[in-house]
Amino acid sequence: MLSKKQARNFFLGGTFVTFLVFIGLTIYSLAGANDQTNKEKMTAAVVRGKELWETNNCMGCHTLLGEGAYYAPELTKVLDRRGAGYIKAALMSPVPWQPSGRKMVAYNMSEAEANDMVAFFEWIGKIDLNGFDRIVSPLAKRRAANK
Amino acid sequence: MVLDLVSKIYNMKYKSQKVAYWFFALSLLLLVLQIVYGFIMGFARAGFDPLHEFIPFNTARAVHTNLLIVWLLSGFMGAAYYIIPEEAQRELVSVKLAYVQLVSLALVGVVAVIGFHFNIWEGRKFLEIPRQLDYLVVVNVLLFLYLILATLIKGKRRTTTSLVLTMGLIFTALLYLPGMIPFDSQVLDSFFRWWVVHLWVEGVWELIMGGILSFLLIKLTGVDREVIEKWLYVIVGLTFLSGVLGTGHHYYYIGVNKIWLIVGGIFSALEPLAFLAMALFAVNMYRKGEKKHPNKLALYWTLGAAIVSFVGAGLLGFAHTLPQTNLYTHGTLVTAMHAHLAFWGAYAMIIFAMISYSLPKMTGRKLYDGARGRMAFWVSNIGMIGMTVAFGVAGVAQVYLERILPEKGLEMSFMQIQIEIQVHFVVLLLCATMFTVGIIAFVIDFIKHGQPTDEALEK
Repeated sequence: MLSKKQARNFFLGGTFVTFLVFIGLTIYSLAGANDQTNKEKMTAAVVRGKELWETNNCMGCHTLLGEGAYYAPELTKVLDRRGAGYIKAALMSPVPWQPSGRKMVAYNMSEAEANDMVAFFEWIGKIDLNGFDRIVSPLAKRRAANK
Repeated sequence: MVLDLVSKIYNMKYKSQKVAYWFFALSLLLLVLQIVYGFIMGFARAGFDPLHEFIPFNTARAVHTNLLIVWLLSGFMGAAYYIIPEEAQRELVSVKLAYVQLVSLALVGVVAVIGFHFNIWEGRKFLEIPRQLDYLVVVNVLLFLYLILATLIKGKRRTTTSLVLTMGLIFTALLYLPGMIPFDSQVLDSFFRWWVVHLWVEGVWELIMGGILSFLLIKLTGVDREVIEKWLYVIVGLTFLSGVLGTGHHYYYIGVNKIWLIVGGIFSALEPLAFLAMALFAVNMYRKGEKKHPNKLALYWTLGAAIVSFVGAGLLGFAHTLPQTNLYTHGTLVTAMHAHLAFWGAYAMIIFAMISYSLPKMTGRKLYDGARGRMAFWVSNIGMIGMTVAFGVAGVAQVYLERILPEKGLEMSFMQIQIEIQVHFVVLLLCATMFTVGIIAFVIDFIKHGQPTDEALEK
């Protein structure tokens, strides 16, 4: 029968090894050719857009890359689906945007800020998501194909 | 002699254990607030959003999840302040500093939550607390760890239970740090955010849960400590073996390499085993135990935590963890289904178990035979299971309408679908009301116990 000491070694050994493998995999998946985070396309505008995305807690309602609160539409492919004009109108609106009843916070953004958000969405939309983009926005995919 | 034995069962051993009471009180207060904000969101989803101007959905959501984290941490800290003196066989090194820590924790929580109402946050799911406050959190946690570690080191005894619990608390503090590294890339931001969130919830918090569970089982069942602690090692070993690489299930579709589909798929499929082991362990120890501890209510919550966490965290987690399934469920209400029962079963219930066990000992009042306590247990659990089902049905309907129908050529807009599933949120609100009744009963019981007193000390 297993002794307490063996049980402890199983715990400490197992934990140590899996942590090492985890860190190894992290390095592997972010290194060189394995990296698919679209980092070479990042611009200053994209970073500013991300800052706005965060400081306004957009993820508190929307989802992006499938992460967020599922209360408002998924935005990974929003640029394909709606186009820059629609997005800017929603962000620059001084009154709550509510195309179908559910209200968005009125962010009243400046034109420059709205452009940064569009740049951010453009960058997000081009990330390789291992096939999720096809599921999450079939509409966007079809629109793109019909163009 | 007989009186001594009776006193051992009924009373606390060390004066400083009383600190735990105030951490538990803060926990329950924040839980009640968390529920209020949950209702605001539930009503908004059902189509009633009159508070939008003051508390928009993203505010309610940030408050709801952050209060959860703070009240669970406060509960864990309370549990540690109660368990560590008893395990180490000495008083806490400083009761005064423990109160300083309590007040500062409450302050950070309150300031953060108020800030959320004024668009002051870092909109990163679960880690919305702004960076300036993060530093305060770090100081607070360091103070807490100092008190626990110093007590442990100066203590007469170092048990496995106290070591596992303390390890869990130290790792929780360390793993907060990756969440404070700033990234320009949304993908990397997400990637390292999960180092905090996943490795807390599906990793080191399970050490804390395991430590508390082991302490309670030792006290409640009378099974030999060596046996219980041996299995504790096995269970936390299984947890890390599956849970660390299981982090990969958050990396399937966020813009990182496909290797995570394989690694995350395999290891997160193993995660339920750790929870199954924990449930079997708790039930078996209960069966083996010859001691009939009079505090049945604490036993209910203890075994309940082990079993419900297996269902909520283990089974419902597994239900959407494979990459083939997650491709469809990622970013839908299916996640909310799993999250509610998992957090309730694994963490809320173990804290309730700890409160139910320690409260009579700290206050000297034995209310555990009353009907209200048992009512709180059953009503809150049935309410939460109902909520889980409501989220589940809404989630599956959302997946079907949003992601499967289009493959058959039928398309509906996001909002059309949300209106279709609104009715499930009415069911959710009804079940949440039931859950709340249970929680209120628990809180009333807590208040009726009165405050802790030195008269309750072991003779």
